[in-house]
This record gives sequence, C-alpha cells and structure tokens, in this order.
Amino acid sequence: MKLTFPHMGDFWVVMRAALDELGLDTVVPPPSSKRTVTLGTRYAPETACFPLKLCLGNMLEAIDMGADAVLMAGGSGPCRFGYYAQVEKQALWDLGKHVDFHVLEPPQTHPRELLGSLAALLGHRCSRVPRALRIGWEKALACDEVLKQSLLLRPREDSPGVTSRLYSKAIHAVDEASSIGDIRRAVNAFVQEAGAHARAQDGGLGLRIGVIGEIFMIMDSFANAGIEEKLGKLGATVDRKMTITGWVRTHLFPWPWKRVPGPDPVKSARPYLNHFVGGDGIESVGYTVLGARENLDGMVHLLPFTCMPEIVAKSVLPQVTQDLGIPVLSLSLDEHTGEVGLMTRLEAFVDLLTARKGATCR
Amino acid sequence: MRVVLGLDVGSVSTNLVAMDEGQNVVHSSYLLTAGRPVEAVQEAVADLWRALPSCSVAASGTTGSGRELAAEVLGADVVKNEITSHAVAALSVCPDVRCVLEIGGQDSKVIIVENGVVTDFAMNTVCAAGTGSFLDRQAQRLGIDIRDLGRLALASRNPVRIAGRCAVFAESDMIHKQQMGCSVEDIVRGLCEALVRNYLNNVAKGKAIRQPVFFQGGVAANEGMRKAFEESLGCPVIVPERHKVMGALGAAIIASRQRLKSSRFRGFGLSQTRFESRGFECDGCSNACEVVELVMGESVIARWGGRCGRWERLGAAGA
Repeated sequence: MKLTFPHMGDFWVVMRAALDELGLDTVVPPPSSKRTVTLGTRYAPETACFPLKLCLGNMLEAIDMGADAVLMAGGSGPCRFGYYAQVEKQALWDLGKHVDFHVLEPPQTHPRELLGSLAALLGHRCSRVPRALRIGWEKALACDEVLKQSLLLRPREDSPGVTSRLYSKAIHAVDEASSIGDIRRAVNAFVQEAGAHARAQDGGLGLRIGVIGEIFMIMDSFANAGIEEKLGKLGATVDRKMTITGWVRTHLFPWPWKRVPGPDPVKSARPYLNHFVGGDGIESVGYTVLGARENLDGMVHLLPFTCMPEIVAKSVLPQVTQDLGIPVLSLSLDEHTGEVGLMTRLEAFVDLLTARKGATCR
Repeated sequence: MRVVLGLDVGSVSTNLVAMDEGQNVVHSSYLLTAGRPVEAVQEAVADLWRALPSCSVAASGTTGSGRELAAEVLGADVVKNEITSHAVAALSVCPDVRCVLEIGGQDSKVIIVENGVVTDFAMNTVCAAGTGSFLDRQAQRLGIDIRDLGRLALASRNPVRIAGRCAVFAESDMIHKQQMGCSVEDIVRGLCEALVRNYLNNVAKGKAIRQPVFFQGGVAANEGMRKAFEESLGCPVIVPERHKVMGALGAAIIASRQRLKSSRFRGFGLSQTRFESRGFECDGCSNACEVVELVMGESVIARWGGRCGRWERLGAAGA
C-alpha cells in the first residue's frame, strides 16, 4: 500500500513523518500548482468549494506517482467537509482509479468509525504508534514555530523575499530531519538565519493584523495566494492563532492535549455567535473578539467562495466591528489567479489601518 | 510650469490629471483603455504634451487595476490602490465627506470616511451587475448612446421593475419587459433602480451611509443612477465636477505629498518609445506561472506574474 494525503499547507510534513514512523509507504503529492487546480476543478463537483478541488488535485497527482490509497480527515456538522472524503472517493472511482480510502472521523462524534479505520490502517503496527505520534507532534510544533517566527520577521526583512525563501528551506529541513534533535536544529537554524536578515525596527507603525477564517484556506499558502506573505511585505505582522498544532488539538486528537492554549475562541464568540455553525465559523468570530482584546489593528477573514459556515461568520462580524472597533476585511477566494483585485483590497486595508492608528497615536 | 501627474488606468478608461503647484487641475483627460493599457498611457501623455508643451513633471502617481504596468511605463514615483486614491480625491473636494460611492467599468466600491480618515470600504467581489460595462452593454443592446441613458431614465414616468441581483437575470427581465411593449425610458429607469438596489444590497451591505455622500466614477455621469441613489438613500448625492477622473486626481495628490528631489518620470519621449509586453510560461516548476515582461526599446524593464519571485528580480539588464 502506498498512502497519500492532501498537503493542507505544511501539514504533509507531519503526516509523512508519522506514517513513515509507522512503517507505511507514503507518496507526498507534488507541490500544488496550476496543474493541481486544473485537475481538481475538472473532476470535482462544480459547486464544491476550493479546498475540495485542490485536495482532489493533490490526490490525482499523487496517484500518477504511484499512490494507491488515500488518507483523509472526516467531519460532522453543517460544513460540507464531513462529506468530502466520500465525494473525492467517488470522483476518483469514476475516473477508474479504485484507490482505498482511509477516513479519520472525529473521535467526539464517530469513535467507532475512527477506531475501525485506525485498526485497518495500523494492523500489527500498534506498538509503533507512540513513537509516530511523538515525531509527528514534534514536527508539527517545529512547523508552527517556523511559521510564527517568519510572520514576526518578514515585515522587517532586509531584502524582499528572503524570509519566504528561508521558510521553505526550513520546512524541508524539518521534513528531512529524522530525530528530534535534527528537528530542533532546523528550527534554530531558521530563527538565526532569518533573524540575521531582519532590521531592528520596521520604521512604520508596527501594524498587527490577525488572519482568521476557514482553516484550509488559512493554512495553505497556495490556496490563499500567499496572503500572509503579502501582508508581511506591506509591513504588517500577521497574528494567526489557527495553526497545525491547533488543528490537531481540536480536530484529530482532542486528547491528551485537549485544548489550544490561551482563551477559548468558542466561548469568546458569545454573544455574537452562540452555537456551532460548522467548520471554523465560530472560531472566526471568537478570534476577532480576542483580537480586539489583544489590540490587534485589524483582521483579514478568508473564506472559500460558497463556504456556508464562514458566510454565517461574515454576516456576524460587522456587529463585532461596530461594538469593539476592530476592522475586518472579508475575502472570498476561489481558483482565480488574477491577484490585482486581492492586492487592491489588502493595500487599501493596510492604508485604512495605518491612517486609523496614525490618528489614534497623534 | 511644474506639474504633478495622476494616472488612473482602469479596465475601461485611462484618465490623466495634471495639477500645478497650487493643487489646481490644469489638465485632465479621459480615454478608453480598449484592452491596450500601454498605448492608452502613451496616448494620455502625448495628449498632455500637446496641451501643455512647456510643462515639466515634478512627481507622478498611478492607480487603478493597471497601476503597476502604468507605473513602469510612466516612471511613476507612487503606486496607490484606487480605494485610497478615490477617498483622497473626495476629501480634497469636500473635507467633510463621509461616504464615497464609486462605480467604474468593472468594479464598484463604497468607502466610508470618518473625520477625514477611511474607516471601512467594500468592493464588489463576485458580480458584474452594477458596473459601467453592464450599463454600456445594455445601452448598446437598446441602440442608445450611453451618454443619453441618464436623460432617458429621467424622462420615465412609470419605471418597470428589473431584477438586480445578477446581470443575467437583469438582462432577461429587460428583454421580457421590452417585448411586453414597455417604453425604453421606463426600462432604462428600472435598470438604474435595479443596479442601485444591487449595489446597496451587495457592495454597501451593512454599512452606515451618512451625508455628505459623493458619487464618483464613469457611471456618475448617468443622471438616472444619481437620482435612483438619492431616492433609495433618501438624501442628496453629490456628483463632483471631476467625477470621471477622481482616481487620477487622488493619485496626483498622493504623489504631490512625496518630498522628492527628482521624479522618476521617463519624460514626454515615452509617447514615442516602443514598449512591448510579451508573455511566457516559466518552466522552473510545475506551477508554470504566466510571466509577463515589459520591454522598452531593447531592454526588459519589469516582469510580473511569477509566484516565487524568481522573475521579478531583474538582474543586470534582465535575468
């Protein structure tokens, strides 16, 4: 069996590490590209959201490279994501690609299904699970740390693009690291190298912008057209709470790490949104409230075009803005590659935040 | 005379404004981009040169969706997004302005201003209904000059209801009403009302619109649209005198605020220079980015479209 899985940003690093440690053969899809989008949009249902199309494209490219099984996360609730594994399986089977699907359903709602797929996947490899979890988790922490540092350093980089180049180098070093020591060395190397390219002060007002929205669009820089990089180049420090470790903690293995550190976004969303609307809708609202409390200058809200949970969040957010005075820019993203419209909105948003902050400082 | 230039290269029109040192507009032009932005910029500059042959350029700024390309051709000192440019221009005309409605060729936006600072904005994201191009197309279909659209709309006595959510729905409604025998005046007025409804429900959704309200962009020339906005909002809507070139005016004002020793402006010779843009697919990775390079004379002066930044960094005389 050769197992593949979608990238979802840098999450593939974690998946590959854990599955390799279990002794499973893996195929990481080639980096997402125009070809991935072309394949995904051709064979996915037209009305599906962009994450499904991109994931399907990843799978098709990995199958071309010899993969014969797919590992996908499941889900439940109003977001269509819970059904994506089934839709993707159908799309692949319709193409005559009869690959096995291993779906990891959320343990809170479908414990039996989860145990079933884990048993089928792991077989006699159970003894290796602790070590696989340990290395996977260590790599997840490493990716998050590299990301966090890159978001802090990019607005101050001394030559344009250097942080992003060192970032991809660091992610690949983390991917290649085979021991915990190597992983930590890769992170330290990044912090030192990128740190050496950072100017002491950015000269500007030091804008801090939070990024919220649907988790896949946030985590996958290909899907979101490198929004964090763009904001960094405009001089803003990006604050993003939804990361790989956060996603694992809430979605894949809510035990034993249970909760994401810091205030609970779900509770913070009250009274604007009091119940689960699927996906990350409630988190988007909650993190905006928390962003206002932490004095972030503004929030950028990313939603895949037609995403129901985030549309609910989007219609709630103006009230949060009005009450707490935190501007929010909602961006609906799909497969388009014309970036002028995106840049226009981001630049205008940064102008708005700069003018606002300048006015308060005076 | 020393002038500051503002150039707004939009999808439909390319507008140029020249201001003297006292921030008075001494020249303005409105040309169609016609899918060839480089030529439109050259023509706009040639036009300025003919009008003011003795002027020299102290600074220049570009805006609009073609602002990056225009900045390279012109040698601009500032490149600014059109939202900020429109707000700056409106504030220069009326420092108390609190809302700017702008409808251009391919997009429409609303800008909310408090105490002279932009506090919120929105731009249409998914839909062409409610932009100048759609009005243009409908005018053509009805066989009327776009400039007469507003006058005709005002002559209507019994406006018909046209669906406004989607350009496709609007068009099929218009055809239906036309075949029922409704007058062109009533249909055109209904169309203006539908566009305003769509704009207020989509673009300006959830935004508090307070007076004074400015209406800018090419579509503001349409008296029927202004009237429909006034009726819908229940307050006067001001169309500034230079509504068509407000983006360019804003870019000029922003450029004039820079304290420059000398401008990067390429000089009026640029209208005679041969510019060529050519595209190619990068073969560096599987993304196959569509890279476009701009060539002036023999040398590459800029590249766009790469995702990794490999092409944007021009080496000595181009990589």
